[in-house]
Amino acid sequence: MKKVLNRALQTVYTMWLREMLRFWRSKSRIIGSLATPLFFMVFLGAGFNSSFQVGGRPFDPSYLAPGLIGMVVLFSSMMGGVSIIWDREFGFLKEILIAPVSRFFVALGKAVGGVTTSVIQGILIMCIARLMGIEYQSLSGVIAAIAVMFVSGIGFIGLGITVASRIDSHEGFQMVMSFLTMPLVLLSGAFFPISKLPGWLSLLVYANPLTYGVEALRYFLLGESIIPIFRSITILFAFALAMTLLGGKLFGKMKV
Amino acid sequence: MLYAIETEEITKRFDDIVAVNKVSISVKPGELFGLLGPNGAGKTTLISMLSTIAEPTSGKAKVWGFDVEKESSKVRENIGMVFQDTTLDDRLTGKENLDLHGRLYGLDGKTRKKRIEEVLALVELTERADSIVRTFSGGMMRRLEIARGLMHHPHVLFLDEPTLGLDPQTRNHIWEYIKILNKVEGVTIVLTTHYMEEADHLCERIAIIDHGDIVALDTPEALKDGLGGDVIILQLEKPDDKSKLCDIYDKNGCAKIVSRQNDEVFITVKNGEHQIPHILSLASNAGISILAVSLRKPTLDDVFLHHTGRAIRDKRVSEIEQVGFKIRSRRK
Repeated sequence: MKKVLNRALQTVYTMWLREMLRFWRSKSRIIGSLATPLFFMVFLGAGFNSSFQVGGRPFDPSYLAPGLIGMVVLFSSMMGGVSIIWDREFGFLKEILIAPVSRFFVALGKAVGGVTTSVIQGILIMCIARLMGIEYQSLSGVIAAIAVMFVSGIGFIGLGITVASRIDSHEGFQMVMSFLTMPLVLLSGAFFPISKLPGWLSLLVYANPLTYGVEALRYFLLGESIIPIFRSITILFAFALAMTLLGGKLFGKMKV
Repeated sequence: MLYAIETEEITKRFDDIVAVNKVSISVKPGELFGLLGPNGAGKTTLISMLSTIAEPTSGKAKVWGFDVEKESSKVRENIGMVFQDTTLDDRLTGKENLDLHGRLYGLDGKTRKKRIEEVLALVELTERADSIVRTFSGGMMRRLEIARGLMHHPHVLFLDEPTLGLDPQTRNHIWEYIKILNKVEGVTIVLTTHYMEEADHLCERIAIIDHGDIVALDTPEALKDGLGGDVIILQLEKPDDKSKLCDIYDKNGCAKIVSRQNDEVFITVKNGEHQIPHILSLASNAGISILAVSLRKPTLDDVFLHHTGRAIRDKRVSEIEQVGFKIRSRRK
């Protein structure tokens, strides 16, 4: 039993280590991936601030910060999950699948590695936003926000792996990125408050797991949220668990 | 355990195509065994089943004493595999690739370090150990993959077209490594190839495979001797005379017909040099005019031709092969 557990941990660690090595080698890509949310924060923040009012007050650019952290975590996690397609395309997947290790733990290791890179990127955005003058309510709130990034990251990596094991080319990947990630971001309340939406939109927003991630981040960082924090956390955990199980299962059946 | 590999009527079907048809082979521990056949013959499918990547449609196979279906994890621990296409992580260094492999196979830190040095030295990549794999040439990648396949001391090593697409010099190098592995490390090696010279030069026994069937299996020498002497190729002026000429030789009993293709007739005879005049006079007596004659020692190509009626190098790929090939490229 102990031996089995050791092997499982070693498998997870090996896959995590690989993601870290690759992450470290692609520093320029990381900087590039931070550019989009930063542009959003600077330009969208300034534009909204000068044109819109929320509840009678001018739009506060700090409102965007949790949404953009959520967006980075979503992009980077989905990317991490879907990167299995690359592993298949470039052959490395065969090397993993032929090793005498459990495929579930391989997938888990990949997920843990991917979520680590996502959280690092989320933290970077959080720090940059702080440098730009956005104030967070407390240190414990910041730590809780990191935990939220981790849990939502696991969920979206699971989703990415699930999608990746269903599509067989990297053309399909482009489809996923445009038809899945953009709507998830736009329908999450990252850019607008979700309290006064028309019925159909509100339905989509509440069906979107990212909404709960963004809401929880906003609660912990800024001290305000529309959805009660307990509900957000529960849903995020349920989403992460369901996606891990589904992703792990489909990955196990994947053919090379 | 008597055999390193033992299969019993192992079969693989893709939809209505039979890629491997009831193949039964046994490979002894320490043997260097070759699967020779054209593209799409079923070589890769056969070793995919033996290495637990593909499941057999029917039949049984044991590798190092373990059933490939019921004990796949045990099989995986005991084999190393070098695929046709690269499976390295090209963003990592050579050493990192080997290290991750060692971890996946449960080697501890000390063993990994020692073994990485050993296998790198074996394939002469020690100096490039810390370079990113993306900067490697095709030959270097193949060598690194062979090194990686050996990291965990496998008992059986599968090499799928180990020298495909490599220049002759690199190919010779890889051949030397394969021989050393087999002799020095004592690894049982099963390789697939469609290069006759490769099978001839390296393998102790060869299974010739075509359309999923094993058509011949023996040592390279025995396969060639089985043809019955030297090969004579006669080029005819009129291709229609082929059957007539073959009948004459058949009746006379002086030569064995290997095959007839286009305007050429392949025959084998004992003491070729002395038989040519006799062979030619038989033809001219029957009024068949011959444009050219050539004589050579038999090669595995002739063996393949004899058993399948086609040259292994035949450029015209038959329909079923094309389908097989498509399946493979789709699955990449």
